[in-house]
Amino acid sequence: MIAFMTRRLLLGVMTIWLISILSFIIIQLPPGDFVDAYIAQLSSSGSQVSAAEAENLRQLYGLGEPFYVQYGKWLARIVTGDFGESMEWRRPVTEVIGDRIWLTLLLSFAALLVTWGLALPIGIFSAVRQYSFADYAFTLVGFIGIAVPNFLLALVIMYFAFVWFGASVGGLFSAEMALAPWSAAKVWDLIKHLPLPALILALGGTAQLIRIMRANLLDELRRPYVVTARAKGLSESRAIIKYPVRAALNPFASNIAYLFPYLVSGSIIVSIVLGLPTVGPLLVKALVAQDMFLAGTIVLLLGVMTVVGTFISDLVLMWVDPRIRHQMD
Amino acid sequence: MADPILSVRGLKTQFFGPEGVVRAVDGVDFDVFEGRTLGVVGESGCGKSVTARSVLGIVDRPGKVVGGSMKLRRANGEVVDLGTLTNEQMRKYRGPEIALVFQEPMASFSQHYTIGNQIGEGIKLHMGLDDRAAKKRAIELLDMVGVPQPARRVDDYPFQLSGGLRQRVMIAMALSCDPRVLIADEPTTALDVTTQAQILDLLRTLQKDRGLAIILITHDMGVIAEMAHDVSVMYLGRAVETGSVKEIFETPKHPYTRALLRSIPTVLAKPRTRLPTIAGSIPHPFDRPKGCSYHPRCAEIIGAVCEKAEPPAVDTDDGRQVRCFLHGGMEEAKASLAGASA
Ligand SMILES: Nc1ncnc2c1ncn2[C@@H]1O[C@H](COP(=O)(O)OP(=O)(O)O)[C@@H](O)[C@H]1O
Ligand code: SF4
Ligand SMILES: [Mg+2]
Repeated sequence: MIAFMTRRLLLGVMTIWLISILSFIIIQLPPGDFVDAYIAQLSSSGSQVSAAEAENLRQLYGLGEPFYVQYGKWLARIVTGDFGESMEWRRPVTEVIGDRIWLTLLLSFAALLVTWGLALPIGIFSAVRQYSFADYAFTLVGFIGIAVPNFLLALVIMYFAFVWFGASVGGLFSAEMALAPWSAAKVWDLIKHLPLPALILALGGTAQLIRIMRANLLDELRRPYVVTARAKGLSESRAIIKYPVRAALNPFASNIAYLFPYLVSGSIIVSIVLGLPTVGPLLVKALVAQDMFLAGTIVLLLGVMTVVGTFISDLVLMWVDPRIRHQMD
Repeated sequence: MADPILSVRGLKTQFFGPEGVVRAVDGVDFDVFEGRTLGVVGESGCGKSVTARSVLGIVDRPGKVVGGSMKLRRANGEVVDLGTLTNEQMRKYRGPEIALVFQEPMASFSQHYTIGNQIGEGIKLHMGLDDRAAKKRAIELLDMVGVPQPARRVDDYPFQLSGGLRQRVMIAMALSCDPRVLIADEPTTALDVTTQAQILDLLRTLQKDRGLAIILITHDMGVIAEMAHDVSVMYLGRAVETGSVKEIFETPKHPYTRALLRSIPTVLAKPRTRLPTIAGSIPHPFDRPKGCSYHPRCAEIIGAVCEKAEPPAVDTDDGRQVRCFLHGGMEEAKASLAGASA
């Protein structure tokens, strides 16, 4: 088991390394070098860069040197927490991203909890009461959930929240809290704002997970060990929850890693519509403006988080399924 | 002979599928006695497993017991018809009164819990023991069924055991609440010959020690010869011949029983001779043949009658029950056929 974990950890580090190369390639993608772009950017807004200053910058980033030297210098700076300068914002990338990365993570996690909280009981119910009215109803709602883009759902919910409750839905903070420093009141404000965007983001994934859970559980319900459980005199609900439901949980565990990037990319438009301070809209803007250090950094961070998510998902899978735990020895 | 522990009469179980009704069990009678083994034998699909599940009231949807009685005599002498109980009432009979051993020990265990957990579950439920006492009892049970190092094995998962050990554990689990009737549904079919002999040995020993009534379901006449006191031969959801193992092996009366017996190898048979097989194939339960359901495959068919009339269950002089016109019921059938055509 330890050996397996070590292998997985090494694999994760390897993957992160590959992602860093990819991020660097993205940074290098626009024609011309970064300093040219920087100078052009500054001159368009009226400031000038002296030739000496430009030469300094070229030196710093290793421009003109071979790719691996540039990459090495970039990597060395990243390790110390220097992700470069955002051209668009004229501030360090770390400052621009700021809390957004944590809010993105928080929102994804909340959406994950909502997804599970809905998909698990509904999936179980649909399988156990296969072909019942409720099963058909959930199936219909589920397909709508898969088919309707979530930004549309966001718009609809915003509209009705406004018309019915006069409430303005949007953002993760109320206006007076958005720029305030962190405090207990601000955290509470965040908690109050979190459920709705989490729900909207969760619905597409929930609908899918319901289908997966239902299909898996239907499969498991036919297995002989369910008959064994009944033959022991267990109540029907206990027999089902302890055995086939447990066996059908694997996709929930393996879903953790996959759900994170799905939520981030899926959340971009929703974030724009709802005005959520996540990294999604920032990434889009950075790409449009060719603000490459910002874009590369976001891609790198998302990649790292996905790798970490995969690792966590492996751990959960091992916990859920003893066969996986024992295969590794 | 004493009163039977379990007495089943006219049991009928049907599956109500979208394509129609499958009459999986269509009038089965048998008695099981303390300390004796009833062998239930028949080709695959004839309704043996459904019979077993019907007795415990755990037939899968869309199946349902639609008729007959299943009278269980409890330890205090009270007689209960299991068919009249609700699922909730039936639960306390599953395990402490009647327990099941299944064909596929691998698939019949969950791979997500230790064997100690799965054995202990029924003990906690029916005997009200706590976790520690249940585990202690599980270890004793494992020891009883011959699992080596039971205190260590109790924490193993089923996938860590060999097929033979798994079946021993399955038997330990079935015996965990001291049932009086044990239904073993093809308990050795998935095992190799040596292991099969060991498991059958174990069942015999347990029966002697505890006076268990055993219903042994199998498609193997060899296993019946070795284990059973009484035999019920099933064909398409019905018992076609029931009697003591000695009589049935010495003088099989039903043509289907004779065919089954011809198809087992004997020590005396010449090597490399082909075993006779039963002609024809088993009809699908949807289109059960009219008349005697065995008639399309029967070598001794009595034209005119067997194709049209159903042979009744006839008690023969030596205390057997047979459903075949060769052994009775012919005159009545002829008379009613004549009446119908007149
Ligand atoms: N879940 C089910 N749904 C529909 N039909 C079933 C089901 N289980 C069993 N049957 C029918 O009942 C018949 C008897 O099956 P079974 O008792 O399992 O046979 P066996 O004698 O091999 O144990 C089969 O022919 C099958 O068609
Ligand atoms: S009743 Fe007729 S067809 Fe059926 S087994 Fe007897 S002889 Fe054969
Ligand atoms: Mg069977």
